[in-house]
Amino acid sequence: MLKITDLRARVAGRDILKGVNLEVNAGEVHAIMGPNGSGKSTLAQVLAGREDYEITGGSVTFEGRDLLALRAEERARAGLFLGFQYPVEIPGVNNVYLLKAALNAKRKAAGESEVDAYEFLALIKQKMKFMHMSESFLTRGVNEGFSGGEKKRNEVLQMLVLEPKLAILDETDSGLDIDALKVVSNGVNSLRDPQRAVVLVTHYQRLLDYIEPDRVHVLSGGRILKSGDKSLAKELERRGYDWVAGAEVA
Amino acid sequence: MSSKSEEVVALLSQKYRHGFVTDIESDSLPPGLDEGVVTAISRKKNEPPFLLDWRLKAFRHWQTMREPTWAHVHYKPIDYQDISYYSAPRAPANAPKSLDEVDPKLLATYAKLGIPLHERARLAGVAVDAVFDSVSVATTFKEKLGKAGVIFCSFSDAVRDHPALIERYLGSVVPPGDNYFAALNSAVFSDGSFVYVPPGVRCPMELSTYFRINAAKTGQFERTLIIAAEGATVSYLEGCTAPMRDENQLHAAVVELVALDDARIKYSTVQNWYPGDENGLGGIYNFVTKRGECRGRNSKISWTQVETGSAITWKYPSCVLRGENSIGEFYSVAVANNYQQADTGTKMIHIGRNTKSTIVSKGISAGHAENTYRGLVKILPSAAGARNFTQCDSLLMGPLCAAHTFPYMEVKNPTATVEHEASTSKIGEDQLFYCLQRGISAEDAVNMIVSGFCKVVFKELPMEFAVEAQNLLSVSLEGAVG
Ligand SMILES: Nc1ncnc2c1ncn2[C@@H]1O[C@H](COP(=O)(O)OP(=O)(O)OP(=O)(O)O)[C@@H](O)[C@H]1O
Ligand SMILES: [Mg+2]
Repeated sequence: MLKITDLRARVAGRDILKGVNLEVNAGEVHAIMGPNGSGKSTLAQVLAGREDYEITGGSVTFEGRDLLALRAEERARAGLFLGFQYPVEIPGVNNVYLLKAALNAKRKAAGESEVDAYEFLALIKQKMKFMHMSESFLTRGVNEGFSGGEKKRNEVLQMLVLEPKLAILDETDSGLDIDALKVVSNGVNSLRDPQRAVVLVTHYQRLLDYIEPDRVHVLSGGRILKSGDKSLAKELERRGYDWVAGAEVA
Repeated sequence: MSSKSEEVVALLSQKYRHGFVTDIESDSLPPGLDEGVVTAISRKKNEPPFLLDWRLKAFRHWQTMREPTWAHVHYKPIDYQDISYYSAPRAPANAPKSLDEVDPKLLATYAKLGIPLHERARLAGVAVDAVFDSVSVATTFKEKLGKAGVIFCSFSDAVRDHPALIERYLGSVVPPGDNYFAALNSAVFSDGSFVYVPPGVRCPMELSTYFRINAAKTGQFERTLIIAAEGATVSYLEGCTAPMRDENQLHAAVVELVALDDARIKYSTVQNWYPGDENGLGGIYNFVTKRGECRGRNSKISWTQVETGSAITWKYPSCVLRGENSIGEFYSVAVANNYQQADTGTKMIHIGRNTKSTIVSKGISAGHAENTYRGLVKILPSAAGARNFTQCDSLLMGPLCAAHTFPYMEVKNPTATVEHEASTSKIGEDQLFYCLQRGISAEDAVNMIVSGFCKVVFKELPMEFAVEAQNLLSVSLEGAVG
């Protein structure tokens, strides 16, 4: 589904990604771990099409298409979803309005008609229940005044409504209380199916107890230094990143 | 500058849609200004002697005054002798009695502006007093209003039919010598609207006037006077547009509102004068004095404005809160794009006890524009228990524009409370990217973000105009904001 080959990117004159290789197949869940500042979010944003990053080399294909040739909104409509590490607030724009616009943009791109308002409301209410979110979040401004954990839940809610083929979740588990972690994990697991894939960026092995990954990678200094199965996460927790990255860790 | 902000800048370079000139013979005075011109205007309009005297006094005062320079705007000196002070569509032998008799070209102009008089009047129940250049040409719904006792007519008609009201209230809120542009207006004003709502009457419909500057080199000097008597309620909307021309045009209007005991006046403006092209050529100079006086107790005056046009805007709709417990409100969205300069805000003068005022100002700047909020909250010693809340937010789109905030406060009564909040934010690349990542186009995303920013102000507009304001906003920022 996703194939990253020798991807290099820089921002503000600094090379951040220095040759990333990664292949994610449909049906798989991958976890990316790694020290602060190693380039995890950069990788996620580059994949989602943020233009502040200059691609200096390599290639990415998504379902066989050249991902880097698509604009951010085209990538989204093609089924790529990014759960942001820091979801931004958009004051005055209803949460539900944004979601509806997003869903309709995707449907339009697929040649489908706009979603019926009643159906949409029913759908979103059901998903909100699943995410243990109160309906008051429908009409509040997008992330406006949401707590850290509420923002993360809202990201997962959006993911559930948009049903992406590939979800990249950047530290969606950070800042969640224990119950919320379960709720969010349930959300992600509910989306798991043979046609979809998930990439989890996380610092905590705990998340991987709830969402079992097929592969775990360590990104350090802009490269994937080590890959393994879920036991790698456990080992990392015990031995720290020095064990993998040695002198390369900042 | 990232490529995203370039895109934002490109998106902003949307063309003005109302730039066309109606080819109608007009009856105009040649350019120039002296006592003879002032007298000629008054004669053309068959005004009573008190009004001619009033104009001449204002003119003499104006001659002693200097153009103000304190506003944060820059423009070449205006040559007041190069402006024609009167231009009227040539009246057919007998004036139109119904819309069918109105020059079809004129009606087509209104249609292009998106105000089909017939539809609007009939469907929306809006009475439109359309001012074309200087003379009011069509007034609808006069009858229905008449039944309620509401007077809604052109200023000239009011001078003819209700001279006592004019003599009593004209200049009672904005005295002729108030400021340079008000004095000029008082001398040469040509027409405008007049509203009188009698005691206890709730005006049965929204009143609306569309102004439009058509003839080249004409300054437009409207005069609007709205009086809500004891316990009366009225909502008035003014919309403005002007054709595209390379030279700048001057617009110096005066609006006076008077609210007596328990009266309410809501005055909404959607202003879309030609802003000049993307290089800053042409456009309207909008120097307007708008002031309302809450003369009676428990009265309320509320200004809502959506300003998207004009090359230069100099405008401070204000409230004089004289009556006890009276309330003044100011809700504003000011958009400045390309080379537009906006210096706008409000003044709230608290005189009576327990008077309250609320100011919410949203400034949006894009391109090379300069957007300034200038507000004064003045609490006099007599205003025990007065309260003010002010909120000013600025939104910057692209790296080349600027926003300035000048809140002035003079509090002379220790029991008063004054609160001020201000913020400046960039239209977030982050917000934009967030929307894009959800599959939403750049254009839709910008509209969404900007409307969200302006929401609290749009909420204050009469329903049928809120949509229009929103459309206008997206037109003026089209491509700008995605
Ligand atoms: N726009 C930017 N301008 C300058 N430096 C940037 C920018 N974006 C990222 N960087 C730098 O790139 C490096 C990688 O950042 P990134 O956010 O990808 O790290 P991360 O692995 O996600 O870290 P964390 O675990 O703390 O979230 C950091 O040193 C960061 O400061
Ligand atoms: Mg990160």
